[in-house]
Amino acid sequence: MLVYIAKRVVQGLVSIVGASIVIFFISRLSGDPIVLLLPTEAPPALIEQVRRDMGLAEPLWRQYLIFAGNALSGDFGNSYRWQAPAMSLVLDRLPATIYLALAALLFSILLAVPFGVLSAVYRGSWIDTLGKGFAMLGQAMPNFWVGLLLILILAIQFNLLPAYGYGTPAHIIMPAIALGWYPVAAQTRIVRSAMLDVLDSDYIRMGRAVGASERVLIWKYALRNAAIPLVTILGVYFAAMLGGAFVVETIFAWPGVGRTVVEAVFSRDFPVVQAGVLLTSILFVTSNLLVDLSYGLIDPRIRYDR
Amino acid sequence: MTADSAAFPTLPARGPLSSLLVRLRGGGLPWLSMLTLLVVIVAAVGGETIAPHDPNGLDLGAAFRPPAWAEKGDWAYPLGTDNLGRDILSRIIAGARVSLVSALYAIIFAGSIGGLIGMISGYFGGVVDAVIMRLVDIQLSIPSLALALVIAAVFGADFSTVIVVIIVTYWTWYARIVRGEILSLKERDYVALAKVAGCGTGTIFFRHLLPNIMNTLLVLATLQVGQVIIFEASLSFLGLGIQAPDVSWGLMLSDARNYLTNAWWAITMPGIAIMLTCLAANMVGDWLRDTFDPKRRQL
Amino acid sequence: MSQPLLRVENLRTHLFLKRGVVRAVDGVNLHVDAGETLGVVGESGSGKSMTSLSIMRLLPKQSGRIVEGSIWVDGIDLTTLSEEEMARDWRGRRVSMVSQDPMTSLNPVFTVGDQVGAPFRYHRLAQGARAVRAAAVKVLRRVRIPSPEKRLDDYPHQFSGGMRQRVVAAMAIACAPRLLIADEPTSNLDVTIQVQMIELFRELQRDSALGIILITHDLGVAASICNRVAVMYAGRVVEVGDVRTIYRNAAHPYTQALLNAIPHLGQKRKRLHAIGGQPPSLIDPPVGCRFAARCARRTAQCEAQYPPEVELAPGHKVACWLPGPEAR
Repeated sequence: MLVYIAKRVVQGLVSIVGASIVIFFISRLSGDPIVLLLPTEAPPALIEQVRRDMGLAEPLWRQYLIFAGNALSGDFGNSYRWQAPAMSLVLDRLPATIYLALAALLFSILLAVPFGVLSAVYRGSWIDTLGKGFAMLGQAMPNFWVGLLLILILAIQFNLLPAYGYGTPAHIIMPAIALGWYPVAAQTRIVRSAMLDVLDSDYIRMGRAVGASERVLIWKYALRNAAIPLVTILGVYFAAMLGGAFVVETIFAWPGVGRTVVEAVFSRDFPVVQAGVLLTSILFVTSNLLVDLSYGLIDPRIRYDR
Repeated sequence: MTADSAAFPTLPARGPLSSLLVRLRGGGLPWLSMLTLLVVIVAAVGGETIAPHDPNGLDLGAAFRPPAWAEKGDWAYPLGTDNLGRDILSRIIAGARVSLVSALYAIIFAGSIGGLIGMISGYFGGVVDAVIMRLVDIQLSIPSLALALVIAAVFGADFSTVIVVIIVTYWTWYARIVRGEILSLKERDYVALAKVAGCGTGTIFFRHLLPNIMNTLLVLATLQVGQVIIFEASLSFLGLGIQAPDVSWGLMLSDARNYLTNAWWAITMPGIAIMLTCLAANMVGDWLRDTFDPKRRQL
Repeated sequence: MSQPLLRVENLRTHLFLKRGVVRAVDGVNLHVDAGETLGVVGESGSGKSMTSLSIMRLLPKQSGRIVEGSIWVDGIDLTTLSEEEMARDWRGRRVSMVSQDPMTSLNPVFTVGDQVGAPFRYHRLAQGARAVRAAAVKVLRRVRIPSPEKRLDDYPHQFSGGMRQRVVAAMAIACAPRLLIADEPTSNLDVTIQVQMIELFRELQRDSALGIILITHDLGVAASICNRVAVMYAGRVVEVGDVRTIYRNAAHPYTQALLNAIPHLGQKRKRLHAIGGQPPSLIDPPVGCRFAARCARRTAQCEAQYPPEVELAPGHKVACWLPGPEAR
């Protein structure tokens, strides 16, 4: 078990380091960051001076090591635009993003679990068909379009919810739906097929044979088994939400990491882009890792089988 | 996979097309979906020539016309006009090209690069395989949109950025699945026999392995069309993809967002175009997968 | 004769499938007395499992239905009860069913205490967490699980195979049912595990008057455990009698073929007497004897008319036109 944990942690670290290399080198491919920093008419001597100060005269691999060393201590340089440490700028926005991703995840689960369960229990019925149709639609609608439609209908037409912004619980509803919409389809499918397997198992038959009502059998016993495959990939979905947040945060003016990075892209504020993307990658890898390691909590067999 | 598992070394895999024609069943939905895709293809190829109006033709007098069936609608502009009086139907037709071309690039480049890498990884195994799979892990640890943002920040936003990002993002898909397929294929007799018979690696790859993974590649590619279209739309929507005067569905939505309150149709119509295209592509993909191999539902 | 514990009369259960109506159980008569073990033997598809599911009223919801006949337990016809009544007063309470595979019969993600306590909760025989635990401990002690109070919060995988068997048995007998159906596992199970499981029930049978139905395809297993045996073929009981009679004086050619298929201990496994041919389709069964097509003794009459059941000796009934010892 410990060996397994160690192995997974090392793999995760390799991924993060790899991601940082990719991000660093892509940024450097842009050419000279100096051009962005200094006015075009700056004297060559000044340019040379700044270049040396910023470590840009070093060979690329040394630049990366410096970058990585600084990154380890949380130093991604200052935002060109805000003149503040890039990482702390991004970190300030992190809670809003996590809040949004969690709300979206919750929304998708609240929809997917009942749908998946009912589709399995009444397979072939109208609810199964509805679930399938819903799933297909979900995968064909871009999250930003869902967001815009929500604004159009709920905010503009009926004036039920605030169209954008952050603060009250009402503000989270539309962004969470827009972001949580897409994974509903896949999650429903996962719950459904797991549920079909479980409902066909000896232990459910056993439960029935000793007098369990269908309600208890399905929602208490079968559901916990069927939830295992869903829970084991929730991390993947959480991570996917972090990726999707770039667009959804932009539409709803949600003050999260995603919107900050998108804005930074337009102002060519590289340190912020680097910090934001790397932070997202770290979260991405960590959430996958945590889920991997928490299998044992929901599935008691795992702890001993490994 | 196909029924030729016990075949002689030289027996070619059944081509995707012939087996398709044999099994063209499955009700009306696949047909309807293919018809939809055909319409999109025609629109993409025809572009400006079949559009009723110039997609970029400004006519401020005709601004904010609602769709024809709505009150004050005009059949000259079946789906209405935008804030500059441009015909939305014509712009959707023009935008189909961007969507399909990006999907095509993804399929051709991501598919062949990813497929080849997957074949190499699965066939040679060992260190090569380990390194490639770590690369895939690294790639997967950066959310694709985040990677797109970095690339766009560096190279600026245009169509080629979109294509590069799509290829960089989607090759891993093919690589992983093809690798798995190859791992099981290379244990088969005919590959071993081909090796014994002294066939070169290239021959084994392209004569013996490739035909057997064609079905998988085709299914993956079809299932990816929808994803790529949405991905392109997202990038263009953020302003990191297609730039005016080129037209794309994502860009149309991005524009329409600025006058959301004035013209519901401007936000609805391009979205419906995206939705229908993805829906059709996904259905055809699902159906192809079920037809080729009902057991591999996890693709 | 006293009233049997279970009496199945002319039971017909059909499966309504897309390809047609399968007459899975087609006029079955059976009885089980208190304290006895009846073996129901047949190939897969003979209707033995559908018979047990009919008794439990656990037929597949979308396709299965009892179309005729009655199932009497304690003077009540189970076929007339509602689903709610079955769950509340019967399943687990008076009739219980258990798969003979102990490895898959326990839910892996719930504690043993929860699962063994469940029947008490369903039937309101214990109220409150504490009482349920106490009841679970008591029944686990009955099946001789060592220090049960310490093991209630363990999960099934923490138990050995033999202990798991006991837990499954505990669940099935928790509420002291009168009838227990031990169904053949769907998986290929080691016969010794199967026999151990039944032996456990027979132990429990001694101090209660539990009636047991053992569903199996293996006449050998049935012969070693049961008091009486009913042989089913193509949805019908073709021969029934006490074990001794069936073993020594089997009168139906199908039973004889099954007996010949049992490898005997000490005997070198020669070519088994395989029965040629396939059982008939139950969607469109033949009018005559259903075994006729595979039977060496068949006559024109066999193919024309289903044989009536004749009682050769008290309790030994057979449905065959030409019953009798095997022709050598």
